[in-house]
Amino acid sequence: MERYYQPEIECASREQILAWQNERLVNQVQNVWDNVPYYRKKMEEKGLTPKDIKGVEDLHKLPFLTKDDLREAYPYGLLARPLKDCVRVQSTSGTTGKRVIAFYTQHDLDLWEDCCARAIVATGGTNEDVCHVSYGYGLFTGGPGLNGGSHRVGCLTLPMSSGNTERQLQFMVDLGSTILCCTPSYAAYLAESAAERGIRDKLKLRAGIFGAEAWSEEMRHEIEKGLGIKAYDIYGLTEISGPGVSFECSEQNGMHINEDHFIAEIIDPNTGEVLPEGEKGELVFTSITKEAFPLLRYRTRDICVLSRKPCSCGRTHVRMSKPMGRSDDMLIIKGVNVFPSQIETVLLEQGYAANYQIIVDRVNNSDTLEIQVEMTPEMFSDQLSHVAEQEKQLVNALKAMLGIYAKVRLVAPKSIARSEGKAVRLIDKRKI
Amino acid sequence: MTIHQISVFLENRAGQLAEITGILSERHINLRALNIAETTDYGVLRLIVDQPETAASILLGQGVILSMTPVVAVGVPDQPGGLAKVLHLISEAGIDVEYMYSVFGQGNGKAYMIFRVTDMDKFIAVLNENGISPATGEELGIH
Repeated sequence: MERYYQPEIECASREQILAWQNERLVNQVQNVWDNVPYYRKKMEEKGLTPKDIKGVEDLHKLPFLTKDDLREAYPYGLLARPLKDCVRVQSTSGTTGKRVIAFYTQHDLDLWEDCCARAIVATGGTNEDVCHVSYGYGLFTGGPGLNGGSHRVGCLTLPMSSGNTERQLQFMVDLGSTILCCTPSYAAYLAESAAERGIRDKLKLRAGIFGAEAWSEEMRHEIEKGLGIKAYDIYGLTEISGPGVSFECSEQNGMHINEDHFIAEIIDPNTGEVLPEGEKGELVFTSITKEAFPLLRYRTRDICVLSRKPCSCGRTHVRMSKPMGRSDDMLIIKGVNVFPSQIETVLLEQGYAANYQIIVDRVNNSDTLEIQVEMTPEMFSDQLSHVAEQEKQLVNALKAMLGIYAKVRLVAPKSIARSEGKAVRLIDKRKI
Repeated sequence: MTIHQISVFLENRAGQLAEITGILSERHINLRALNIAETTDYGVLRLIVDQPETAASILLGQGVILSMTPVVAVGVPDQPGGLAKVLHLISEAGIDVEYMYSVFGQGNGKAYMIFRVTDMDKFIAVLNENGISPATGEELGIH
């Protein structure tokens, strides 16, 4: 039987959801107008005042926010509450240049944790469960979000964080973890590791909540088989709150967006026009309940489709498909956001030419990143150890910038394929 | 007394070495010595040729990454212990060998070795003090 954390909200009528959205949007626009000069200026540039936004039907009039705005307004420019009212900061993976910082009041944390609790209960979670959280803890929202949600549900929460597979498996066996929360690639790795150690039968896992990176249906089946569980997808982004912006139900057919907190739109990424339901486009979110960091019409750059078709689980909130791609050049590699421009910056800093090719692949369910760099006369030496030393420096500099390991492959000049004089910078071989 | 070595960047893929030597043979450049140091992904090809300047300009013209490196050639008696004596002198003098390799046969009773060491000047001085004179380009057929 389907279980809900907040049935009166999750199964509310569409009219009720719309009524909440209308009221909350109007209030939020007034709040932002009053407290966020950065956005007020954007509204003024479009000749808008809060009076022009009478409900969701007027949402399309509001200006967009993008990652560039977040950078420009860094760190406090989009804050709508005094710092004394804020209790937490979270931040995206990635680097200084692209870092996003989000602020939370206690109320914001409460609502975020509610959203994560809904995701846990949607997997059948109760206070009888042992919830094993192997997302990273710290600035990354994965660990703190699911940790909070797990507390709300009353699960025995294991704040494992990422890494140390040996210890993860030992806790799983000794304490009988029933719900696993981590990235899908780590879940696949844990499944393999458990099989290698012959302890698959000792695991009591029955469900997994996996997000923060793209994964395919094939991968879902593999994880479900490997761990003997039902695997659920979860979606979120730090800018909007973190994991739990949307989550899968027992149908495993799209993620229900928590529409009492976030209004979703699909736009044409080129024109910014709102697209009709069912069309593929860029997902845009408006936070209508956030206090500290309320983003209006934030462009996620994720390409997906929305569906309001009734769901057999009983939830009435709109469902979004898994993201099918990006409308910018951001790559998500091992759950970390990577921009080709960051790689280019490092290469130039290290004295290499900007002739490079990024090759992303997925080997044994784990993302790999290889950067092919054309050798230059300046970097060359008759001594192999010098070349190798420089290569090592480049690998270290890339690690510092990206936060993940990238294999560097030095190649001969002009060996990187160019089409019409323009090099193909990215080859993503992952079939997701 | 040093001679020119051409050091070439090689990607570790089939046909790379054939390509380089092919370019040189077309222009009638004769190889006197050759050595490769490699990792799994790339390598450094070290060449001693009869016309170093010409060879370098031909390769540069083909977009090959290279550098000219001064190295010392030493002719040792082609008999047991010939090389050991030179290496002993080097180690006594506290000089480190970065790399060394042999030259194709000369047929004059001497075996020639190419040396690249940490302190080239000191190396030449040590050789001279011990009555070993570095081989000249002519001796190796280099113009």
